[in-house]
Amino acid sequence: MSESEFSSHSADVALINLTKKFNSLDGSGEITAVDNLNLEIKTGELVTILGPSGCGKTTTLRMIAGFEYPTSGKILIGGRDVAPIPPNKRGLSMVFQSYALFPHLTIYENVAYGLRVQKLPEAEIGRRTRSALELMQLTPMAKRFPAQVSGGQQQRIALARAIVIEPSVLLFDEPLSNLDAKLREYMRDELRKLQKRLGITSLYVTHDQSEAMAISDRIVIMKDGKICQVGTPRDIYAWPQSRFVADFMGKANFLEVRVLGFEGEAAFIEVERASGLRLRIPHPGAVAPREGKALLVVRPEMMSLEALDSMQEPEAGLLRGRVERLTYFGNIARYEIATDNAPLLVERYNPEASKLFSEGSSVGILIDVESVRLLPLLE
Amino acid sequence: MRGKTRFNLAHLVRDPVLLLLVLLVFTGLVLFILYPLYKIFAYSLTNSQGRLDLSAAIQVLTSRSYFKTFGNSLLLGATTAVLATLIGYVFAYAMTRTAIPFKGFFKTIATIPIISPPFILSLSMIFLFGRNGLITRRLLGIEDFNVYGMHSLVVVQTISFFPIAYLTLTGTLSKLNPAVEDAALNLGASRARIFRTVTLPLSVPGILSSILLVFIQSMEDFSNPAVISGNFSTLAVEAYRTITGMYDMRGGSLMALFLLMPTLIAFILQKYWLAGKSFVTVTGKPTTSHQQSRDPRLVWPLFGFCALVSFVILLFYGTVLVGAFVKIWGINFSFTWSHFNYVLTLGWRPLRNSVLLALASTPIAGILGMIIAFLVVRKEFPGRRAMEFISMLTFAVPGTVVGIGYILAFNDRPFMWTGSAFLLIMAFTFRNMPVGIESGTSTLVQIDRSIEEASTILGATGAVTFRRISLPMLKQAFFSGLVYSFVRAMTAVSAVIFLISPRWNLATISIFSLFESSKYSAAAAYIVVMIMIILAAIGILNLLVNLLGNSGTIPSGGRSERI
Repeated sequence: MSESEFSSHSADVALINLTKKFNSLDGSGEITAVDNLNLEIKTGELVTILGPSGCGKTTTLRMIAGFEYPTSGKILIGGRDVAPIPPNKRGLSMVFQSYALFPHLTIYENVAYGLRVQKLPEAEIGRRTRSALELMQLTPMAKRFPAQVSGGQQQRIALARAIVIEPSVLLFDEPLSNLDAKLREYMRDELRKLQKRLGITSLYVTHDQSEAMAISDRIVIMKDGKICQVGTPRDIYAWPQSRFVADFMGKANFLEVRVLGFEGEAAFIEVERASGLRLRIPHPGAVAPREGKALLVVRPEMMSLEALDSMQEPEAGLLRGRVERLTYFGNIARYEIATDNAPLLVERYNPEASKLFSEGSSVGILIDVESVRLLPLLE
Repeated sequence: MRGKTRFNLAHLVRDPVLLLLVLLVFTGLVLFILYPLYKIFAYSLTNSQGRLDLSAAIQVLTSRSYFKTFGNSLLLGATTAVLATLIGYVFAYAMTRTAIPFKGFFKTIATIPIISPPFILSLSMIFLFGRNGLITRRLLGIEDFNVYGMHSLVVVQTISFFPIAYLTLTGTLSKLNPAVEDAALNLGASRARIFRTVTLPLSVPGILSSILLVFIQSMEDFSNPAVISGNFSTLAVEAYRTITGMYDMRGGSLMALFLLMPTLIAFILQKYWLAGKSFVTVTGKPTTSHQQSRDPRLVWPLFGFCALVSFVILLFYGTVLVGAFVKIWGINFSFTWSHFNYVLTLGWRPLRNSVLLALASTPIAGILGMIIAFLVVRKEFPGRRAMEFISMLTFAVPGTVVGIGYILAFNDRPFMWTGSAFLLIMAFTFRNMPVGIESGTSTLVQIDRSIEEASTILGATGAVTFRRISLPMLKQAFFSGLVYSFVRAMTAVSAVIFLISPRWNLATISIFSLFESSKYSAAAAYIVVMIMIILAAIGILNLLVNLLGNSGTIPSGGRSERI
């Protein structure tokens, strides 16, 4: 069986000024679900749209599929405007959140359905269906019905059914949200391996940030119908350009600071209400304000703690705080720490390797200046 | 987030098959449902010059006999509705909340009256309590018992319509979230207290719904009052007699109008007011089943009640079965086949007509019902709500009204169809769709829309998706739609009595004439033959629908499982 037979039709996708407005349910006005969206997906790339519910990610996906018509703007697939093409002629596939398997057809017939609809010769249908089943390790259960197999297997049937027709683009609508945590992790790795091997252009929609991190070439963060930031998982996590992105992608603390000045790329800041604590931030990021008030993004793993006598003045470079709450997870210890600036969430890996600070104890917080970034105070 | 778009029309134009289908369905609905109703209004409220003229209406409205008839119908409807609902509730409670023995048997018995031909219960009533009645004359020696009147009608209609109450209330009781009752039990409430404080209040919408549905059925019932009401006049029958006996078309159509009002109001109340009040919880999660009480103090009284109801039903049906084989009921009880000879000779043609027309209308009504359900649930187009309302409206329009509307509408150019098989088939089709539509609709809303979208994106056209994905999943609904259409077409009386012709006489109307000439045993034989045809047809339909393939278990979207 050759895998390449599933991959020959991939195409690139371009969304140009894509906008979708709905009438609001009470009929009083319009809701803009997708607002002037521009995005390119290169051939063979997996792009994830990540955002909270109601951000317009599913609507975007459904417009590409052809289930919703854009209010304005264009969708190009392989350079061709698909507006006049009905959903059944677009040559796409979609993996649905509910899998949407045909309950009255066997697993074999579910997978063969798209080929039968194309009225291909029986021999070709058989050959391609069998190799898709083989690829997804479904051959032993081909004669069963969807209700007779497990959730993970249903997921693989949905995937087999989607790739067997050699789609130009594969659309995923939160395909893993119905699986339990362990299986979800396993399936997302399988899915990513398969997508890379077959090289199918894919658009993936989810609200789960770790899923997005694990499978994407690039991530698009959406909010209120607009794109907030586009980039590789590392770009998005390490270089957030807004408070929303920093907050949505992983956990983040925001300290109010004042920018004192720059020395080349590096910024000098003073942390507010912290006894004049001053820091040098070597890589403050592209949107760092040049002066005045700013937010310092500090992720929980970017801080370490030191014991501090409550009477004693903190050493230079330390932010003083008090442990309000300690949660022990085994691999990490999570501290909620009150400071004069903002409450901080601090996570220490391998907590058994060092001292655990009990609730109520005073601590000095050391910020890792290499990895923190600066954001404008107001967006 | 996904609301109605203002591009509905654009959407329709993009999909010419959908557009054509919507136009076709609307044409049918307007022509065969709305237009005849409009004709009744127009005809009743205008004079021969076509001007608005309420004098005929005022004359009818102010006459004492009309008032009495109207009051009779309402009284009968209300009495039957309450009694049937009471019996139906006890029956439904016994089936859903207790572990009484012979449940399957009781459930089967309770569905018999739904699929049985008309006249059968009235006929039993006459056999058992009439002038030569087995119970009144033979058993009790009473000679002057008058079987004709409201008391008999109440008995006969209660037995006929309690299954509707039972099915409605079973739906309500079995869909109430069991966790609510379990919570009450867990908080220490006794079973009686749970019933009084939880189960009963939560089933009030179902009870009201059942009362309204039975009320509509009782109001529009023609066959029972036509043969057993005596001097107790009802609107459905009076309208018929006014037109056929006194040749007063305007008076008859006015009565039809006044018959229509209460049923229409009851229908709108049931569908739109009660629908919003239901406590039935549909979560899509597999619900655990209800606690089944084994307390003998509850089980045995309920068992006794169900057994009594079943005994009465069996007695009534058995009586007709026996009646078909005896020489002269009440006088000579010796065995004879002669009544069946009658059915197979003189009665043969109407019987064949009934089967032919029912066979012709059943697939049309069944498929049209599924198409309408599909359009209404799955598609967005202008007039979607109107389509749903009009197509369900036929449920509320009494047969008598349909019959009168059809003669008024289709006796003239451009639609000269009265007396033709075509018009009878259309009457059956549009009258018998609602059950198919309703079960289709309730099945479709439970099926994840993305199953059809999956078919679309894999390349299937709308027609292919409907035929290969939606229809097989709707198999059960399709089957109930077909069975209901066939049974209703075979057993229709009130609408078709106005539409038959010498060429297209029907079995039910032949039975009615046998009543008029007091040939009760021949009527009994006729009814027995009809029951056999109906049972055979249900069996064959079942086989045919199974050929559509496995309908599958609908996988629940919210399942979470390991490999």
